[in-house]
Amino acid sequence: MKPPERVYFFGTCLIDMLYPKAGLAGMQLLRQAGIKVIYPKDQTCCGQPAFNSGYRDEALSVARSLIKCFPQNIPVVVPSGSCAGMIKQHWAELFADQVDAEAAAEIASRTYELTQFLVDVLDLKLKDLGKPVKIAVHTSCSARREMGVAEHIESLLGQLDAVELVQQERKAECCGFGGTFAIKQADISGAMVQDKTTSLRATGAERVISQDCGCLMNIGGAFDKQAQDKGKGPVTQHIAEFLWERTHASN
Amino acid sequence: MHQTEAFHQRIDKALHNEQARTSFRSTMSGLMQKRAAQFPDNDELQALRDQARAIRAHALTRQPELLEQLEQKLTANGIRVHWAETAQQANEIIYQILHAADAKTLVKGKSMVSEETELNHYLEQRNIEVLESDLGEFIIQLAHEPPSHIVAPAIHKNVKQVAELFHQFFPELGYTENIDELTLLARQILRDKFANADAGISGVNFAVAETGTLCLVENEGNGRLSTTAPRLHIAITGIEKVVAKLSDIPPLLNILTKSATGQPITTYFNMISRPRQPDEKDGPQAVHLVLLDNQRSSIRMDEELLDTLRCIRCGACINHCPVYVQVGGHAYGTVYPGPIGCVLEPQRLGLEKTGILTSACTMCGACAEVCPVRIPLPKLINRLRAESVNAARSEAHINGKGSLRKLTESQAWAIWRLLYASPRNYRLFRWFATRLRGLTPTRLGAWTRYRSSIKPAPRSLQELAQQEGFDHE
Repeated sequence: MKPPERVYFFGTCLIDMLYPKAGLAGMQLLRQAGIKVIYPKDQTCCGQPAFNSGYRDEALSVARSLIKCFPQNIPVVVPSGSCAGMIKQHWAELFADQVDAEAAAEIASRTYELTQFLVDVLDLKLKDLGKPVKIAVHTSCSARREMGVAEHIESLLGQLDAVELVQQERKAECCGFGGTFAIKQADISGAMVQDKTTSLRATGAERVISQDCGCLMNIGGAFDKQAQDKGKGPVTQHIAEFLWERTHASN
Repeated sequence: MHQTEAFHQRIDKALHNEQARTSFRSTMSGLMQKRAAQFPDNDELQALRDQARAIRAHALTRQPELLEQLEQKLTANGIRVHWAETAQQANEIIYQILHAADAKTLVKGKSMVSEETELNHYLEQRNIEVLESDLGEFIIQLAHEPPSHIVAPAIHKNVKQVAELFHQFFPELGYTENIDELTLLARQILRDKFANADAGISGVNFAVAETGTLCLVENEGNGRLSTTAPRLHIAITGIEKVVAKLSDIPPLLNILTKSATGQPITTYFNMISRPRQPDEKDGPQAVHLVLLDNQRSSIRMDEELLDTLRCIRCGACINHCPVYVQVGGHAYGTVYPGPIGCVLEPQRLGLEKTGILTSACTMCGACAEVCPVRIPLPKLINRLRAESVNAARSEAHINGKGSLRKLTESQAWAIWRLLYASPRNYRLFRWFATRLRGLTPTRLGAWTRYRSSIKPAPRSLQELAQQEGFDHE
């Protein structure tokens, strides 16, 4: 595929209000690669939180408001495996038998998770301008299994000369976030993130990098909470922010 | 007690059982590694999954005619077929057969369907001595506990606990914590029972309609002894276990044992086709098959939920589930735990009784990735979540639809819709959330029990994007 001149950026609701720097870094990476990035101002959420909680009518209303944001036939880039997965894998079910099913399917067909777009469409070449650092990658379950982009994040990181990638035990195991699962089954979620943070700490990584801010909110939040007993954990950071920090020219 | 509260109590208990959690973690890690080692070639694995899925799906589509054919063939082979719509009926049928044959003692091979019907309890109340002959089942029978895993029922126990249990019940055999010696002890105890039991009971892994063959997969030889040594053999299984042809068996068996325990083949594979013939020296004089429905016909009527019935009970979904590994099987409080339990049990028992199980899932997809018959487990769990909060959702025949709808929760989602389905409302909400971030509480209920609080950023991405000169259309 020839790289497009323009793309839409769907920042996701989580990033919009909680991790805007991750979203902005994603947009800057794309702009640095010569792409015109459009950030539709009416965007809100893909509907996933309600869909995964069984509230499909509510999810549909919200997803419906989002499809109006991407009218032109250009790619929609999403800095999240889970939100991209919602659009690509679950919108068909959510919009089944609805008048706008076709519009939803059309948008899904041109939706990309950020690292997927950077690798598969742009074939992005990176030059590492940063200091040596040891990192671990936590690939979200949706990035891994719904979007199949576990290798994409690693291939981008592999281009960075001064970055050492270390492997945590049980890397592919879920961190325990799961959206409302973290609230509804708080103690199981707590036990899961405990295991995840333990295995990440054991690597000695200075940072934990992921394609999904949901996982980072969970893992990073747990590191913070544990700080008193176990000391400060690795810094958690979205892949876009990490890549931007290490590659942009003013570095 | 409401199911939600009861479930949380069981989870709390499970999470505080460090010994069991250590057992689950080490056993599940071992099973995952062994399974992975059996499938070195991913393309081959995916092709085998496609094949197994197709065989099971085909059998479910043709189920009514296959069951008729199965009954015909079995009957012609001399095996008596009985139909049970409910667990109670299945138990009654089995008791009647035992009673008519004057059978007072019986040995049992492993059968999850008999756990569904609580057969042991039913028979023991009627003064029939039931002995579980699978080692794991034998252990938990001594401990008066239900299975904690469908393939490895006693994995919640460690060697020391088993040693103490054996010593408590069989003090004359001496105390040992050596696994081989413990196995030998069980063997000694069981051998004698096999030789003298009046009847044997077993499950069935696959029932072949074409030939009237009951296939039984096992490792310990107890299945073979239970079905051949006593004069009477009664098999019990769910109606969904029927497959069309004998040639369906090799691919299913292949993927079953590899997925379940990481074995290329089990030590024993029994194909039971008839009782003892006049010129034969051993085998039971009579063989019966009890085919149990227990809501399966109702599940089969929904074109999406029907996929539940493809399951061949390998337990791979359980072994790979990050929730199961934390809490183990007993926390679920049902016969089938783990992902398949979260899907099957609410349909079998009703959402009003076990719908809360659907909340014990992060939607991580590890289960669906390994399921040998490609059951889309997270998708089905999601569907059941929708059914449990919205009675009007579909025409599916599930009991307890809408029973988990709570006013506080539905109102929260209504407010969420109000804010997120309208760009104008959302902008307003976001402006307040980012400007008033200083007011964010440091404690956010269950979230901050394990993590620090969440605070909105001072400026949203929308604002930053505008500031950095990105276009908005």
